Amino acid sequence: MNIPFSFKLEKRLGASRMLGVFVLLTSTVLALLLGAVLLMVFDANPWDTYKAMFQGAFGTPEQWSDGQFYSITETLVKAIPLILTGLSVSIAFRMLFWNIGAEGQLVLGGVAAAGVAIWFPSLFPGLPQNSWVYLPLMLAASVLAGAVWGLMPALLKAYLKVNEIITTLMLNYIAILWYQYLFNVIWKDPEGYGFPGSAKIGEFAQLPRFSGRLHWGIIVAVAAAILLWIILDRMRWGYEIRLIGENPTAARYAGVSLGRNIVLVMFVSGGLAGIAGMLEVSGISHRLQEGLNVDYGFTGIIVAWLARLNPWGNILVATLLAALLVGGDQIQITMGLPASVALVLQGTILFCVLGGEMFTRYRIRLLRNVRSETLIRNEEVGG
Amino acid sequence: MDSGRITVVSANNMSMVKLPVAVEMRGIVKRFPGVLANDRVNLSIKSGEVHALLGENGAGKTTLMSALCGLYRPDEGDICLADGSVGGAKVVDIGSPRDAIQFGIGMVHQHFRLVHNQTVSENVILGLADTPLHLDLKSVGGRLLEISERYGLPVDPEAYVWQLSVGEQQRVEILKLLFRGAEVLILDEPTAVLTPNEASELGNTLRHMCAEGKAVVFISHKLDEVMSFCDRVTVLRDGRNVAALSTRETDKKALAKLMVGREVLFRLDKSEVAFAEGALSVEHISAFNDKGLSALHDVSLSLAGGEVVGVAGVAGNGQRELAEALTGLRKVTSGKVCVNGQDVTNQSPLRFIRAGVSHIPGDRLGMGLAGNLPVSDNLIMKAFRHRPLSVGPFLSKTAISQFSDSLIEAFDVVTPSRNTPARNLSGGNQQKAILAREIATGDGSGDVGVNVLIAVQPTRGLDVGATEGVRRALLEQREKGTAIVLISEDLDELLSLSDRIAVMHAGKIMGLVRAVDANMEEIGLMMAGEAS
Repeated sequence: MNIPFSFKLEKRLGASRMLGVFVLLTSTVLALLLGAVLLMVFDANPWDTYKAMFQGAFGTPEQWSDGQFYSITETLVKAIPLILTGLSVSIAFRMLFWNIGAEGQLVLGGVAAAGVAIWFPSLFPGLPQNSWVYLPLMLAASVLAGAVWGLMPALLKAYLKVNEIITTLMLNYIAILWYQYLFNVIWKDPEGYGFPGSAKIGEFAQLPRFSGRLHWGIIVAVAAAILLWIILDRMRWGYEIRLIGENPTAARYAGVSLGRNIVLVMFVSGGLAGIAGMLEVSGISHRLQEGLNVDYGFTGIIVAWLARLNPWGNILVATLLAALLVGGDQIQITMGLPASVALVLQGTILFCVLGGEMFTRYRIRLLRNVRSETLIRNEEVGG
Repeated sequence: MDSGRITVVSANNMSMVKLPVAVEMRGIVKRFPGVLANDRVNLSIKSGEVHALLGENGAGKTTLMSALCGLYRPDEGDICLADGSVGGAKVVDIGSPRDAIQFGIGMVHQHFRLVHNQTVSENVILGLADTPLHLDLKSVGGRLLEISERYGLPVDPEAYVWQLSVGEQQRVEILKLLFRGAEVLILDEPTAVLTPNEASELGNTLRHMCAEGKAVVFISHKLDEVMSFCDRVTVLRDGRNVAALSTRETDKKALAKLMVGREVLFRLDKSEVAFAEGALSVEHISAFNDKGLSALHDVSLSLAGGEVVGVAGVAGNGQRELAEALTGLRKVTSGKVCVNGQDVTNQSPLRFIRAGVSHIPGDRLGMGLAGNLPVSDNLIMKAFRHRPLSVGPFLSKTAISQFSDSLIEAFDVVTPSRNTPARNLSGGNQQKAILAREIATGDGSGDVGVNVLIAVQPTRGLDVGATEGVRRALLEQREKGTAIVLISEDLDELLSLSDRIAVMHAGKIMGLVRAVDANMEEIGLMMAGEAS
């Protein structure tokens, strides 16, 4: 059989920024077209659906002129934990430490923050019950809890060379099960009419809100991104992390201690995910209840990857992904579409965007299959 | 195995016809982004000859041969093959390595492409288009033995590749091509991985193959080998033809001049240096290799400041482990390492750096550089901990730029800018960057200079010009009073640079001789494991 053309995948020498933007736009358009086919199967008008999705995530001009920013604030509310888990994953991945455990670190951060808010008032009655005391305490507790959960696989990796992908992944389940056990049994609110969940935390332990449900956590998340940028881009430590990430052997040769850096980086990585958990409890749920383990930790991996492990990119990607989640929820309500359709749409878009990434690193080359006379004759002779 | 086809297609009949020209490449042009790798290059290879393709790194040798064996398609130019059946040369289009082998052209790459967990026979038939479902390895083995006897390439078809020495693995690669009926064999720097003995054996094999009418292209920048193995030589410089001549009508010096474009000094003058005792003292150290087997056994060395001790030996006899033990990268199980009287045994690599131990690693991109990081990030690898490069916990970007630019200028590192990824530099310039970092900066604090320099294969893979530069820099460092441990497989290099030469075999030092009294045979015997 003679096919006149064949394809060849070639590595690009250098990827330009413009190309990245172009690929992102094209793959988004492609995803929307694919999604449109799906929507038509469900008898929904694709244009209306996408409009509803956009408006669900960002609002309508009428709402804006009325001073209603409910949609935007909801999107930002979802972006907060995604920024933090994205950052958590980014710093670990920069050093080639494959931390798949942000989910568990987040959950434990939330547990620790809730624990402080619920038990400290009775344990330490002398402690003044105001936000200036409690919020920093909860923050510290959540960092510590997330960091401890991140340190276990770090120490195992640094000193016993245990594969961190397995340990961080498995520790997620331990963390989630403990968390469920706590709010279902041990910390269950005696006055909660049998509903699973802890007692509500006092107002002194709740984060103030700007508008809608948008709380001060957004400031914490952006500050964390700035801090991480300073560490990675401006500090000696960031250079050591970069060196390890690019060539661990060269880093060791340059006198950089791998074990020490794994431990330090995972302290920060786990701590960042832990903060995300604290902000969810203190800013949104105000108690320990179902809903903390909704895959923010795993989605953070997608965020980090799409952001190319760049702190600023994390803010942008997390916000767009949050918009996709909020918009997807909205079309269930406004368009009456089944929840699974919204999920498939989200999946299609992510699939295309992540798949399109390849084109920023490789080019596809069309080759003409020129076969010379001699070769063909040889083939005839040889069969 | 459809052996019929291989004999028919492979122009075994071609060798019977004995045509004067086997391959002719005319006006080959190949462009890469920003580089003209081959500029109207001509090459004609006759059957029955070993043809050297000589040139410095980046002269376009490998690109030209990649076009011949189907890895790249040239942008312009023709490749003609002598065709036995028609009687005249014929322009062919070689689109892939598979096409190339159909035309009887095959290449042995510098890095072997063998499956270590398979036997020689299995490796040989791997990838053959017409392998039947049921493998008859016995008959393959039989045919292999036949070929190997005919060409003087002894190898056991049933041995696993991992059991073979590097020289034997190279034979398997050559056998693979002969089995496929190759008439034109391209060898890319084949002696780079061989001991002197193995190299001369390879020379005999090449003679054998030529006698059978094969054509061999020998890519190299080693002049001695070109002169002794090859019949004709084509010299490339900057992607262009410089000369095509017979080795009988030229000499080493003339070839070097053609290749580099200027006169080259083969002997460097070594000045007398007053030794300062006790710069490095190594007492009875032993160490394991990565597999946990004994790699160093009771090694002792003592170097004075300003002294160069060469370490000779066949690769894999503990040289790498010795270099790592002397830089803190490998723990020693017993013994003691002292630098300037300070005991640094089993301290961290950072403590070695702080004691003034510099290290030019043998594996440039594996250990010496982070290839994806810019040149500047690579230049600061040792000095970044101190002022002015860092201020408190922060790095100073302006100081880093100044620092990098000054090193790039002082050591003549050819790079588009300090922000270019180190991977994109040529081998010689990568080595200059490493040298700049290791020699110029010490640990960066300014308190300790370079007390000890461990240089592993510092000129491997470099062309004549770059080699000269590196050797000169080492000697300059010697004059500044640095104790240098020079680990090399190049005996000429060891003899011309060292004050004393230690010969390693199986993790032990077999003997220590003064370079002026040394003779090649004695060293060769010690390398083979005979104590002096």
